[in-house]
Amino acid sequence: MPELTKQRPKYLALHEIRLPLAGFASILHRVSGAGLFLMLPLLIWLLQLSLGSTQQSAELFAAVTGNWLVKLILLGLLWAFLHHFCMGIRILLIDVHVGVEKQQAHNSAMAVMVISLALTLVFGLKLLGAY
Amino acid sequence: MNRLVVGAHYGLKDWLAQRVTGVVMAVYTLIIFAAALGGATASREAWQAFMANGFIRYISFLFIVSLCYHAWVGIRDIWMDYLNSAALRVILHVLTLLALVGYAGWAVQIIWRL
Repeated sequence: MPELTKQRPKYLALHEIRLPLAGFASILHRVSGAGLFLMLPLLIWLLQLSLGSTQQSAELFAAVTGNWLVKLILLGLLWAFLHHFCMGIRILLIDVHVGVEKQQAHNSAMAVMVISLALTLVFGLKLLGAY
Repeated sequence: MNRLVVGAHYGLKDWLAQRVTGVVMAVYTLIIFAAALGGATASREAWQAFMANGFIRYISFLFIVSLCYHAWVGIRDIWMDYLNSAALRVILHVLTLLALVGYAGWAVQIIWRL
C-alpha cells in the first residue's frame, strides 16, 4: 500500500498551486474577512464620528473621510464587504444543496466575482463622490 | 495516545453560529441599504435620528454581537489553519478574543448612548 508510505504532514508549495475559480473566490472570502477584521477599529471610529453630537466630531469625520488614503482603504473594504457578502450567500445556498454540481459551482463563483466587483464600482463611485 | 492540540468541539456549533450570524448581518445590511435609499443617510441629522430609533438600535446591537462572534470564528480558523505552534496559536486566539470583546463594547456604547 504505497499511499501509506507518503510523507505526512504534507506542506504545499503555494506558488505552484493553480486554483480553480471556485477555490480562488473561496480564498478571497478569507482574505476579505481578514481585511475587514483588521480595519474594524477604523470602521467603528468612523461610526463614532458619524454619530457624535459635537461640531468637532462632524469636522473630524469630514476630514478623515476626505483623506484620499482613507478613501482608498474604504474602497478596498467596500469590495471586501461585498465579496464576503456575495460569497456568504453562495455558501448558504451550497449548504442547502443548491448549486453543488461542478459546473454550477464554477458559475456561481464567477457570479460572485462579477457581481461583487460591479457593485464595488457602483458604490465606489458614490463613495468617491462621482454622483 | 498522542493527541494533537486542535481545539475543542470539532465545529458543529461554530459552523451553525457562522451561518446564523452571517444571516443576521446580511439582513441588517439590506435594512440599512433600504434606509439609505429612503434618505436615512442624506444628512448628518437624518442619520443620527435614524440610528437613535429604538428598533434600529436593537438590531444594530444584534449586528455588532453577530459581527464579533462571526469574526471570532473566522479569524480563529485562520490561526488554526496556518499556525503550527500550539503556543503561538493560543496567544493569537486570546489576543483576537480580547480585541473583539473590546470592539463590541466600544461599538455598543456608540449606538447605546444615542
